[in-house]
Amino acid sequence: MKRGLAAALLAGGVLSAPAVANAQDDGKTITAVMHSGLRVLDPVITTAHITRDHGYMIYDVLTAVDENFEPQPQMADWDISDDKLTYTFTLRDGLKFHDGAPVTGKDVVASLNRWGKRDSGGQMIFDVTESLEAPDDKTIVWKLSEPFPPLLNVISKQSAVPPFIMPERVAETSPDEPITEYIGSGPFVFNKDKYEPGASVTYDKFEDYVPRDEPPSWMAGGKTVKVDHVVWTTMPDNLTAMNALAAGEIDYLEQVQVDLLPVIENAPDVTVEMRDPLGFVTIGRPNFLHPPFDNKKVRQAALLALSQEDVLATMMGSDKYYKVCGAIFGCGTPLGDESGSEPITTGAHPEEAKKLLEEAGYDGTPVVLMQPTDVVSLTNQPVVAAQALRQAGFNVDMQAMDWQSVVQRRAQQNPPSEGGWNIFFTNWMVPEISDPLINVMVNGRGDDAWFGWPDDPEIEKLRDEFARAEDQEARKAAAVAIQKHVMDNVNYIHLGEYNMPQARRNSIQNMIPSPVPVFWNMTKEAE
Amino acid sequence: MFGYILKRILATIPVMAIVAVFVFLLLRLTPGDPAAILAGDAATPAQLERIRDRLGLNDPLHIQFFTWIGQMLHGDLGTSLISSTPVAGMIGDRLGPTISIAIMTIIISVLLAVPMGVIAAWRHRTWVDFLVMSFSVLGFSVPVFVIGYILIQIFAIELRWVPVQGYAPLSDGIGPFLTRAILPSLTLATIYVALIARMTRASMLEVLGEDYVRTARAKGVRENVVLFRHALRNAAVPILTIIGTGFALLISGVVVTESVFNIPGIGRLTVDAILARDYPVIQAMILFTAGIYVFVNLIVDVSYSFFDPRIRY
Repeated sequence: MKRGLAAALLAGGVLSAPAVANAQDDGKTITAVMHSGLRVLDPVITTAHITRDHGYMIYDVLTAVDENFEPQPQMADWDISDDKLTYTFTLRDGLKFHDGAPVTGKDVVASLNRWGKRDSGGQMIFDVTESLEAPDDKTIVWKLSEPFPPLLNVISKQSAVPPFIMPERVAETSPDEPITEYIGSGPFVFNKDKYEPGASVTYDKFEDYVPRDEPPSWMAGGKTVKVDHVVWTTMPDNLTAMNALAAGEIDYLEQVQVDLLPVIENAPDVTVEMRDPLGFVTIGRPNFLHPPFDNKKVRQAALLALSQEDVLATMMGSDKYYKVCGAIFGCGTPLGDESGSEPITTGAHPEEAKKLLEEAGYDGTPVVLMQPTDVVSLTNQPVVAAQALRQAGFNVDMQAMDWQSVVQRRAQQNPPSEGGWNIFFTNWMVPEISDPLINVMVNGRGDDAWFGWPDDPEIEKLRDEFARAEDQEARKAAAVAIQKHVMDNVNYIHLGEYNMPQARRNSIQNMIPSPVPVFWNMTKEAE
Repeated sequence: MFGYILKRILATIPVMAIVAVFVFLLLRLTPGDPAAILAGDAATPAQLERIRDRLGLNDPLHIQFFTWIGQMLHGDLGTSLISSTPVAGMIGDRLGPTISIAIMTIIISVLLAVPMGVIAAWRHRTWVDFLVMSFSVLGFSVPVFVIGYILIQIFAIELRWVPVQGYAPLSDGIGPFLTRAILPSLTLATIYVALIARMTRASMLEVLGEDYVRTARAKGVRENVVLFRHALRNAAVPILTIIGTGFALLISGVVVTESVFNIPGIGRLTVDAILARDYPVIQAMILFTAGIYVFVNLIVDVSYSFFDPRIRY
């Protein structure tokens, strides 16, 4: 038996001798392991991050945010009329789709129309749109019935659904139907033949792409591709991905699970670092339809009972990777403000919470708290929260289930005793919550709001003020008012910020630090 | 023989039909919403409802069932709800890696395990027997992912003989194919060597006491001929059964091994589909797996007659 085993092993060894050749160490192909496999290819129909990342590979955008959150020209420059009602965009020269056709105003109009039906910010712009037309191949004229100052911010955003520009024939697909042709005018071409949903996707450099002259900054500036191919390969096993990175079989790991960091921290030729200065937030969302969280005082008690520090420490393990932060629009963002967040940022206050519960006349109604057990980044928050709520006198019924069950159940408006729920937890990237028009948790339109359905006219008034604010100062004032309102009314429980480190081979250089992982500007030396 | 095979094939129809109904109902009773996976976390209930409508998920169950069965009868496995790609193509893409690893595993297992089992039976109750049985218990008790990680640590990370992960089709050349397939196959083989060696030993022990073995030995036939040509042939039926079932098992679900070695195979496809509640993919995969079992069992049954001439159909 031993001889047989040795022979088999030897056969493997001899065939690969003298050492394993890395098939892709020619410096022309970057192999990356992203946070998830790519399954949905239509970046307008889904808000999934991986699909948005895919969108930035193959599509371009009219305008894009730079690292100061400022909109910058990308495919087009703009001009705003004095009455702030007409936006004229002029496409720059040399824009071409991957099939060779030039990008025209008609393509832009069709793409914006489709996007506007899906995106909540887009819907708000189209609510005040009088016309959106392309008088010639290079020009797009967007006429509004009333000023909408944040228009450029909304169309320049990088999350959740950026308005990617597609050929007119593709953009004419119904917004509820996924597109079937994946042609953009972005820096990479989608290689359809090498695509295996959820397993592997290959992008080739688009030779005809003409980058802007400005230096790259987040999603703005020159997108100069310096490699021939980028391959995203899915590795469901984190340890395998780390071993593959250490062995030089892959070049880039978008997210490293913090508890596995010791495996590669000391590996030669590998650098572990933060890609994205903003990171993620974790939140708890109460259900406003049913007792006990239909009562503001009970929600406030829950806020007092919980502690950001306790939740984050349990979630991440090391304080290098999390930050107690009371700003619902994110710390370090232009609208980030921590007003009124003391109940949650200064630790748990079970005694005060108890008192408030008594005042509220809480009768021990069970709180159904959903715990997903199959998503590493979401499985600990509910456990910590349940314990904290119990200590404050809540009668907690924690129910374990898979994430899919949470996703289905959170859409149920029934009472908790009939298949409904009281509270669940999830995570967002900071750019997805960084302003009141895109942060779905501050939507207070009752049944039309996000799961939890708060009917909150006051917050809607504040959001409207924000949308109409003409300058940054007025915008910030409205955002601070929303921050205070959310902390007082507890529209959701902001549980702080965390960050996931990335890892790369040292042969990869010149990565742009940004919330969306981008592969332009990046270089790779042969190893 | 032909009539027997035809009868067996026809008998699979009701089996598959029952599996189809069962799978369909089971999936619809499991909570989960493919529309939510498709639309992402920020989708509003109204958006989800529109997507569900488009996917036909709001149709009554019987309509959904008959639409699916109708598709199946036309040889159409449907389209993935999540990736909008044809399910048949997805299975086709993932089948190559899984079948390659399964065949290699079975070859390694049979080459190692059958001689091990024969020798253990021949040297019954000696240290050789003890060694083989100890290995079997060990191979069965240690989880595959542990074996996988140990093999990766030794052969990929320390010795750097083979890559850590990945799959290369045979079209890339025999070298790349073997260097990538060898570790996952060896990992899986530890279980199957254990299984097949035990079965071979037990089966051989039964026939070694038979009269014809004693007669052959008395006639002066060489011991290896007695063991491998006379005895093993008569002990083959249960061994074949276990090899066949093992092969079907390998094809239907080597999820852990596929994950540890990053092989884009059928096991991972199925688990991904289940996590996303991608009904057409799950349904097709379960029917496909059932089909594999039926087919492999048929092959095993037919092959009995080649080893044991007393079996006639």
